[in-house]
Amino acid sequence: MESSFKNMTLVLLGISLVTSFALGAVYNLTKEPIEKARQLKKELAIKQVVPDFERLETVEVLPDEGGDPVVINKAMQGDEVVGYAVETYSKKGFGGDVLLMVGFLPDGSIYNTAVLGHSETPGLGDKMDAAKSKFSEQFKNQNPESFKLKVKKDGGQVDAITAATISSRAFCDGVQRAYDAVKKEGGTK
Amino acid sequence: MNQLENFTKGFIRNNPVLVLLLGTCPTLGVTTSAINGLGMGLATTFVLVMSNLAISLMKNLIPDNVRIPAFIVIIASFVTIVDLFMAGYAPALHEQLGLFIPLIVVNCIVLGRAEAFASKNDVFSSVIDGLGMGLGFAFALVMLGSIREVLGGGTFFGLRFMQGDGILVFVLAPGAFIALGYLIALINKLRKA
Repeated sequence: MESSFKNMTLVLLGISLVTSFALGAVYNLTKEPIEKARQLKKELAIKQVVPDFERLETVEVLPDEGGDPVVINKAMQGDEVVGYAVETYSKKGFGGDVLLMVGFLPDGSIYNTAVLGHSETPGLGDKMDAAKSKFSEQFKNQNPESFKLKVKKDGGQVDAITAATISSRAFCDGVQRAYDAVKKEGGTK
Repeated sequence: MNQLENFTKGFIRNNPVLVLLLGTCPTLGVTTSAINGLGMGLATTFVLVMSNLAISLMKNLIPDNVRIPAFIVIIASFVTIVDLFMAGYAPALHEQLGLFIPLIVVNCIVLGRAEAFASKNDVFSSVIDGLGMGLGFAFALVMLGSIREVLGGGTFFGLRFMQGDGILVFVLAPGAFIALGYLIALINKLRKA
């Protein structure tokens, strides 16, 4: 077709209109499955880090040092809190933010941890994932009240991942943030 | 042109990654494992086939001066469709490939085939061309991903066949360059033989 101003405008307009309609349709079609997949992933992570529960109560807590809120999912069995599943993060990762789910028992000790997302180096920092190494197991059953959440190099009690001290520090930082949030929320007597 | 030749040219003779050296960014970025390479390859194949189809259908309607923006809008729409479907129905793979899915838009292979082939040929040849080129791309990515996964992690398509760590460098970016370099050398040798 001839490249006149009218032709060019009309063709581009037509193409944009058709594609926008198509995208809108696909967006609506996939909205539900995407939401479901996200929800499922979150629920799985929560179930991993706290004991069996009946329902969840969610509160957001702003950390004292500022930054984004930390989400606490209180796992309830009847009227009793059986654990806190905390969606926490650390900005100190080697390759970007580290997103963690940390579960605490009502006494403040760590029940379990799960990595929700990270961009650490494959083969080094990604060993924070429980599927890839035993690093995260050392946090189980520890109470941050007495267990110093810092790598040994910084005077703490955590064995860092070999050749991934920064990723290990980020993991500790995230767990600490979660613990502070639970404490602020009034848990951990 | 013979349709069979049209289809097979993407595998070795005109392989987009190993011979034309197009789309190197996603190639180096996602091929840390064979399954990632396969996912990326198939996503790109879908976009290539659909954009070649759409563009060859509309080639007489699009004025020459605005063909590039028109192509990009069409390609970007198909990429977004793939992105949304993957997020909904294959969330694990979507998470692994992450940023590289939207980046298919700027993959030179897709625009290159639209410009060089689909805008000059009939619909059927264009679809075959897209399919051949896409599968050639997927083939190269799976090869590269397998090499890196086997050497770097001791697994193949996620199946572990040896204990302990592999040669770590192959999982990292430098290993991608090294493996791609040797793969290209090998293909050049084969092509000349």
